[in-house]
Amino acid sequence: MADVTAATDPGPKTGSTADAVRASLARRNRKQKILQVLGLGAISFAFLMLFILIASLVSSGYQAFTQTHITLEVFIDPEEVPLERLPRGGFDDVLEASLASVLKDVDPDDRATMRALGGLPSNGAQFRLRDRVVEDPDLIGQTITMTVPVSDPYDQLNKGLIDRRTPEENRRLKDFEIAWFDQLVAMEAISKPLNTGLISNPDSRFPELAGLKGALIGSFWALFVCFVISFPLGIGAAIYLEEFAPKNKFSDFVEVNINNLAAVPSVVFGLLALAVFIGWFGLPRSAPFVGGMTLALMTMPTIIIATRAALKAVPPSIREAALGVGASKHQVVFGHVLPLAMPGILTGTIIGLAQALGETAPLLLIGMNAFITSAPSGPFDSATALPTQIFIWADSPERGFVSRTSAAILVLLGFLITMNAVSIYLRNKFERNW
Amino acid sequence: MMNDMRKIERDTAVSDIKIHARDVQVFYGDTHAIKDVSVDILDKTVTAFIGPSGCGKSTFLRCLNRMNDTIDIARVKGDIQIDGNDIYHPSIDPVQLRAKVGMVFQKPNPFPKSIYDNIAYGPRIHGLAKTKAELDEIVERSLRRGAIWDEVKDRLHEPGTGLSGGQQQRLCIARAVATEPEVLLMDEPCSALDPIATAQVEDLIDELRRNYSVVIVTHSMQQAARVSQNTAFFHLGNLVEYRETGQIFTNPEDPRTESYITGRIG
Repeated sequence: MADVTAATDPGPKTGSTADAVRASLARRNRKQKILQVLGLGAISFAFLMLFILIASLVSSGYQAFTQTHITLEVFIDPEEVPLERLPRGGFDDVLEASLASVLKDVDPDDRATMRALGGLPSNGAQFRLRDRVVEDPDLIGQTITMTVPVSDPYDQLNKGLIDRRTPEENRRLKDFEIAWFDQLVAMEAISKPLNTGLISNPDSRFPELAGLKGALIGSFWALFVCFVISFPLGIGAAIYLEEFAPKNKFSDFVEVNINNLAAVPSVVFGLLALAVFIGWFGLPRSAPFVGGMTLALMTMPTIIIATRAALKAVPPSIREAALGVGASKHQVVFGHVLPLAMPGILTGTIIGLAQALGETAPLLLIGMNAFITSAPSGPFDSATALPTQIFIWADSPERGFVSRTSAAILVLLGFLITMNAVSIYLRNKFERNW
Repeated sequence: MMNDMRKIERDTAVSDIKIHARDVQVFYGDTHAIKDVSVDILDKTVTAFIGPSGCGKSTFLRCLNRMNDTIDIARVKGDIQIDGNDIYHPSIDPVQLRAKVGMVFQKPNPFPKSIYDNIAYGPRIHGLAKTKAELDEIVERSLRRGAIWDEVKDRLHEPGTGLSGGQQQRLCIARAVATEPEVLLMDEPCSALDPIATAQVEDLIDELRRNYSVVIVTHSMQQAARVSQNTAFFHLGNLVEYRETGQIFTNPEDPRTESYITGRIG
């Protein structure tokens, strides 16, 4: 830019205006440069933070996407598991016996050793075995092959999260337990497949069994209820306010308060729901139905505001065209304006639902952070939601929940990114130039 | 020179009065936009409203199909009759009125639907066609009247917004005539069109005169001279002069009219 002012002969003399412009040009260009640099800097900073977030989640969460399993030949001893006592029986003893039979240096009569051995497969293994036997009692007396998760300390060991150099007394696994595990590895009984249980299992006290099924279904029902309530109500309110309501003090008052409603902290909605839905109406606590109604209170202002903006964006020429051929106000709105505003409305709705999906505080207050070990079968069953499940896991002391918390956050972020991507896709696909 | 551009012989004497307006006042909030306008608009005639921007000619036009009703702050006073019926009478529904008084707007505004649906929309909502065949017939007849049938007959189900500007405007005219109105209001219908499309639309307006009473607002005095039989000159909300088009351009009575048509105000 300097050479512009330094140019010796800038052509024919053009008088003082050209001189003044030339003098200020460098300064103006510099200002523009500074603005561009600042803008780029802000964007880079935002991306850096996003990258750090995702990287830290992935680095601590990727371990939870696999789960160490053990494959065992299990002899179902009729003495331990008598047919007549089903579904009860010594299924844990059967598992311990089958482990003892393959491992060296294990005395089947030493109770302490056997108890330690029983801690190798997951606590859930005996129940899986039980379920198989109950389903097919003919298995009693036979030897079957089972692949079950190992318990959390062994999973940590297999993933390298337990340092073998740590002194034994500070370690969660003793030397002999590590030796057992190494024997099993040598026998190729240990595998580390994809952890489908993370999605298909409900919550559990044991990290190796804990999954997001209950939370996913709970979140689904809550969002479904939220959508069913807030979408028609929000659009209806927006259409009335934008198209039919007279413009007066009252409608201004309503508008201001809708904007206020959108800014109310979510915990307040949680308390409201606790007092009204649970306390007054007597609806069940921890239920996704109540969660959905609470989230609907929060989503509705978002949908109203987005819908009003979308309705406003439909050009007046379309309304005039329809009015001009004799359409009534109702026909103009529902036949022309609303269909044209729909992409914008859907975009706003999806963004509102994405916010609702990540909302935690109101769900905590209505009890959707309960410890529930089965997936809900409907919107009135007790359940957790994805964000509250993350909250529960983050609060759990077991080591295995550290990586599972990160993994659950990644799952939640995956849903949020998908929803936002869909809304952007819809916006671009149906965007019109008038 | 103006006479050379005129395409049609003047034959206003034989027509009946279609629209009868007396002492019409329009207020936008506190603004007095139309002051004491009285005018008789003839049937089967093209009437042009000319005047500088903001003179109220579009506002007055929009009184004739009660389009001003859609603006909250607009109030209309006075007496406007079409065929002797007061259109602001409480028993008159604006929807019913607008089916009888069609309108074409400044900017072509086809619905973002197919060409067919653009035309069929009005007849459908008013229940003018009982069967699909009847509707097809209305669509074809309207498109023919809009002088666009030959250009679109093979693509009736393509979007109307995909046509060129001039075609879109003729489509809008066809849409306006599809409900069989008796009066056709046109608010600067050619201001967004190029000269060739303008010429096509002007030819069409001349055709439409056979069936309708056409009222056209225009910024172009040449256009008023070319297409209209009667011309009304508006200035600052007043109707200054309303006469036979040839006279108003060659022999204006009011000095303001003369100033405007000679380019001194506007």
